[in-house]
Amino acid sequence: MLPTQPELTAASTATASPLFPFVLQLADTSLILAHRLSEWCGHGPVLEQDLALANIALDLLGEARSYYQYAAELEGQGRAEDDLAYLRPAVEYRNPLLVEQPNGDFAHTIVRQFLFDNFHYQLLKGLKDGPDARLASIAEKSLKEAAYHLKWSSEWMIRLGDGTPESRRRLDKAIATLWRFAGELTTPTATETQLQELGLVPDYAALRPAVQAHTAHVLAEATVPEPAPPFAQLGGKSGRHSEHLGYLLAELQYLQRTYPGLTW
Amino acid sequence: MVTASALPPTEARIWQLLEEVSDPEVPVLSILDLGIVRAVAVAGEHVTVTITPTYSGCPAMSAIATDIRLRLLAEGYTQLIIKNQISPAWTTDWMSAAGRAKLEEYGIAPPIDGTATGHILNLFGQDTAVRCPLCKSAHTHLVSQFGSTACKALYQCDDCREPFDYFKCHA
Repeated sequence: MLPTQPELTAASTATASPLFPFVLQLADTSLILAHRLSEWCGHGPVLEQDLALANIALDLLGEARSYYQYAAELEGQGRAEDDLAYLRPAVEYRNPLLVEQPNGDFAHTIVRQFLFDNFHYQLLKGLKDGPDARLASIAEKSLKEAAYHLKWSSEWMIRLGDGTPESRRRLDKAIATLWRFAGELTTPTATETQLQELGLVPDYAALRPAVQAHTAHVLAEATVPEPAPPFAQLGGKSGRHSEHLGYLLAELQYLQRTYPGLTW
Repeated sequence: MVTASALPPTEARIWQLLEEVSDPEVPVLSILDLGIVRAVAVAGEHVTVTITPTYSGCPAMSAIATDIRLRLLAEGYTQLIIKNQISPAWTTDWMSAAGRAKLEEYGIAPPIDGTATGHILNLFGQDTAVRCPLCKSAHTHLVSQFGSTACKALYQCDDCREPFDYFKCHA
């Protein structure tokens, strides 16, 4: 049993619906990763993979919007989806550290995506069968898309690992840098633990075997030895972020901060 | 210009008008061909159209909602609600036979039912055999699962060498 993460602030999550902070966390996670992937647009190694990165970014952005709309309703304080995405400071963001990590090279982006997709796919399967109808319907929709994402990132892990000495060198370096962030995905915060006890959020311990089995399968195909489980770097889901998130939000939120209330 | 409609709306009339609204990204398809209109409800002057997105991030959804609104306004129907519904999730099974034929004629290979990505462990598995919409050859290969829009994959024909879009099966 892994320890739960302490919360940085409790005030912003005090709300009528216990689901609000969790749905917001899902929204932040998909939004931040979508933004990172969108930074590749026009810079992909080849046209087809540039398109793939942008497609995945778009799917995640759509998923984030569904969560933000639901979160805004759960909060019931008159904030709308755009207020939640564009007008909260970095310490209020609840995405895990993994998704805010910079793109690096293509191998770096692939490892980050693989770690996320592998967990995301299993999480959506759990949410789809969960008791909250709204979350289940969002998960049902996104699961179909997440299957394509996981297939794509898994195949690229294998190509890079079992490719050339150069691709292997880059993949190894990315694994050494990013593997430490995987543990946060399946380590529940106090909020998540509480919701898991209520049966509203899938038990991460129950998701872990499927996540680990797929990782083992992909690494074996990639001829990459499985890294020893590193120290899990926690913090993002409790609001303790790396320096990267602030820079990311500065760009993501620029327009609303500069021209408050601007709409298309 | 908005003109007063001579007749109150009926469900049949609304369905007829929706047939004239095309998908902004695949203009040969009407939104009915695509299967994204889930329901039409008429109560007096009030018309409610329920649509469902193909993909979560589909940027065409707001354009489609606007196009529906404009088409119905042009007929003098002003009490309109366009509802978005994500469950049950859209599937290519809802695409009409006429829509599939129009797609192929347009140069996009229509979805082949039962080929959705269900087995994620089937990495580098056999690509779905898709017929080239131009020369009709079955000798084609997948270039990328992700194409020019979220709903399409990129293929190339090995006989006529033409690259083409395949409308992914999404079940």
